[in-house]
Amino acid sequence: MKPTRLNACGDWVLDRFPVTKFWNEHMAHYYAPKNFNFWYFFGSLALLVLVNQIITGILLTMNYKPDAKLAFDSIEYIMRDVPWGWLVRYMHSTGASAFFIVIYLHMFRGIMYGSFKHPRELIWIFGMLLFVALMAEAFMGYLLPWGQMSYWGAQVIISLFSAIPVIGDDLSLWIRGDYVIADATLNRFFAFHVIAVPLVLVMLVFMHIVALHEVGSNNPDGIEIKESKDPWGHPVDGIPFHPYYTVKDIVGVAVFLLFFATVIFYMPEMGGYFLEHANFIPADPMKTPEHIAPVWYFTPFYSVLRAIPDKFAGVIAMGGSIVVLFLLPWLDRCPVKSIRYRGGIFKKALFLFVVSFIALGYLGTQPVTPVATILARLFTTIYFGFFLLMPIYTRWEKTKPVPKSLTKDHSLEEQLHAIEEQFPALIEEITALKPVATEIGHPAFKSSFFNRRPNPVGIKNVATRLAKKLIESLD
Amino acid sequence: MKKLLIILLLTLSFGAIANEEIELQSAKIDLSDNESLQRGAKHFVTYCLGCHSAKHIRYLRIAIDVGADPQKVLKDIAPEGASIYDQLHSAMNKHDAEKWFGTQPPDLSLIARSRGADWLYSYLKSYYVDTSKPLGVNNLVFKDTAMLNPLWQLQGEQHAEQRKTIYGEYTKLIIDEPGTLSEKNFDLFVNDLVNFLVYVGEPVQLERQRLGKYVIFFLLIFLVIAYLLKKEYWKDVH
Repeated sequence: MKPTRLNACGDWVLDRFPVTKFWNEHMAHYYAPKNFNFWYFFGSLALLVLVNQIITGILLTMNYKPDAKLAFDSIEYIMRDVPWGWLVRYMHSTGASAFFIVIYLHMFRGIMYGSFKHPRELIWIFGMLLFVALMAEAFMGYLLPWGQMSYWGAQVIISLFSAIPVIGDDLSLWIRGDYVIADATLNRFFAFHVIAVPLVLVMLVFMHIVALHEVGSNNPDGIEIKESKDPWGHPVDGIPFHPYYTVKDIVGVAVFLLFFATVIFYMPEMGGYFLEHANFIPADPMKTPEHIAPVWYFTPFYSVLRAIPDKFAGVIAMGGSIVVLFLLPWLDRCPVKSIRYRGGIFKKALFLFVVSFIALGYLGTQPVTPVATILARLFTTIYFGFFLLMPIYTRWEKTKPVPKSLTKDHSLEEQLHAIEEQFPALIEEITALKPVATEIGHPAFKSSFFNRRPNPVGIKNVATRLAKKLIESLD
Repeated sequence: MKKLLIILLLTLSFGAIANEEIELQSAKIDLSDNESLQRGAKHFVTYCLGCHSAKHIRYLRIAIDVGADPQKVLKDIAPEGASIYDQLHSAMNKHDAEKWFGTQPPDLSLIARSRGADWLYSYLKSYYVDTSKPLGVNNLVFKDTAMLNPLWQLQGEQHAEQRKTIYGEYTKLIIDEPGTLSEKNFDLFVNDLVNFLVYVGEPVQLERQRLGKYVIFFLLIFLVIAYLLKKEYWKDVH
């Protein structure tokens, strides 16, 4: 091709700025394992949500007023008078909850497939720092609408600092800038929410990805694809991130956006979980709401806090429930990474952990009752047990042999196809022909689905088989 | 494994602990019913605006959203002297409100979003005579409410009666003196009012539901194309 002026311009830039090199290193020549499954969508989705939060956040700040007298009304101004303001605001509020859903699933993937283990400890640490920064970001952002829950939620959480001996009261006063949550608090939280913490988040995301691309991605089999390379030096089991995973992640993005749009357009409050009902009442320092609950994504940790009878000990436990996650790479002593080849004891422990995390989350949204407190204590014990007993139970684990190269994963289509094939047999088993076939009726109708009735023995057999399979999969 | 399941089942069953709140009656909310919304707006201005504002909505927005002529809204709905660009401000000032009621009656722009339609509907219907209270009335849904019953002339006077059944005790409200509206018409009246409040809580509701269909339709098509693209690229990966 004849060198044109445009090409010359492009070369001029490339000689001075390594765009191509950067693109190749992180996209086109970055080799990722070819067996990523469903769980591997959430990294790119987290990035998408972060971008969504930044863009909608910038648009919101154009009309939001960080002033205790104006904040609540300015949100309603955005919702009603600013063109498309409602959409931007709902994208931001739904995005906050979506961020946590995506991040929790992303973290669960890491625990399940051992992505935190050698040589990826630092990726996990950066990820955990991201999680902490995200919680700070969400907490401070939640004060900005200046509703009753914003106000009293912040009041409760910041008063936790006063439980620290000696310096506690001064510390919480210093954080608030006033004796109660007030205009000063709102202003500084606004500053942190719109610039300080987002900067930290973006930098940490950068470090998280650089660290990931240095050691390479883990995979559902938990084996290092870099160990077997072809003559050109590319991993045998790897494929270039671009175009393979870019096109695949776009499918994930489409599915995610479908859910995201459904929430935004049809259930933006999500039954009071994404936008709490009490937060539609302006903050009133003289009126404490009957029941103060944080937004759903903080409730597991809030439950841990409430489960401990002593306030300071509770604060320590709540902090500990997050700190203990940082230590995960050193708590887990099992050399095998993926849950596929790990022992039953780990699978059961992980199952219990997930149950206790969800249960703590549910209990955190509910008012305190004696039964709820006992349950919260039980689940808190399980939560900590999962981590603190890990050095013991992972050492005795009876692991399965890990394959040398990636195993074939059945794609969604193949799985659907298999289900489709088994379906008639399943129907045959759980239903029985009606004893007396109806005389009238089309012949094609006779042996059809409508002539059958449920067969209790068959249903029981299928259920037992399913239960046995489930139990087996935990061993 | 069995123990795990038992623990799981136990915890699930605790979720079903019944709460002792009064069962709310359900309001029929239909934001596409412009006539109901217009009637509701009229009721709101007549019976609520004296004390409560709805400062986050303007008369013009109401006119546009309920499909009414702005001039007609000014004439029929808005109080004398209001401009079409005005928000629904209350006639009562803060100073007087605090002197008369001890507190300023809350702005009602978002009341449907914080309380819910059913709560409002039941609340407005559940006033009864209670001479021990300073205002002479009490409310079943919101005990010791500071608001007097603005609709008493329409509904009439009710008194509360304790009834016992095998399921336990409950309170029934019985109308002693019928009001100017029949029971059915009163229900309709309150329903229109609540319908309007739900609209005022989030005027964009219908618009967002209408737009949502197109967005989701687009995303479905996008998903199909994205999936086919992925399949095309991945066919040589084994």
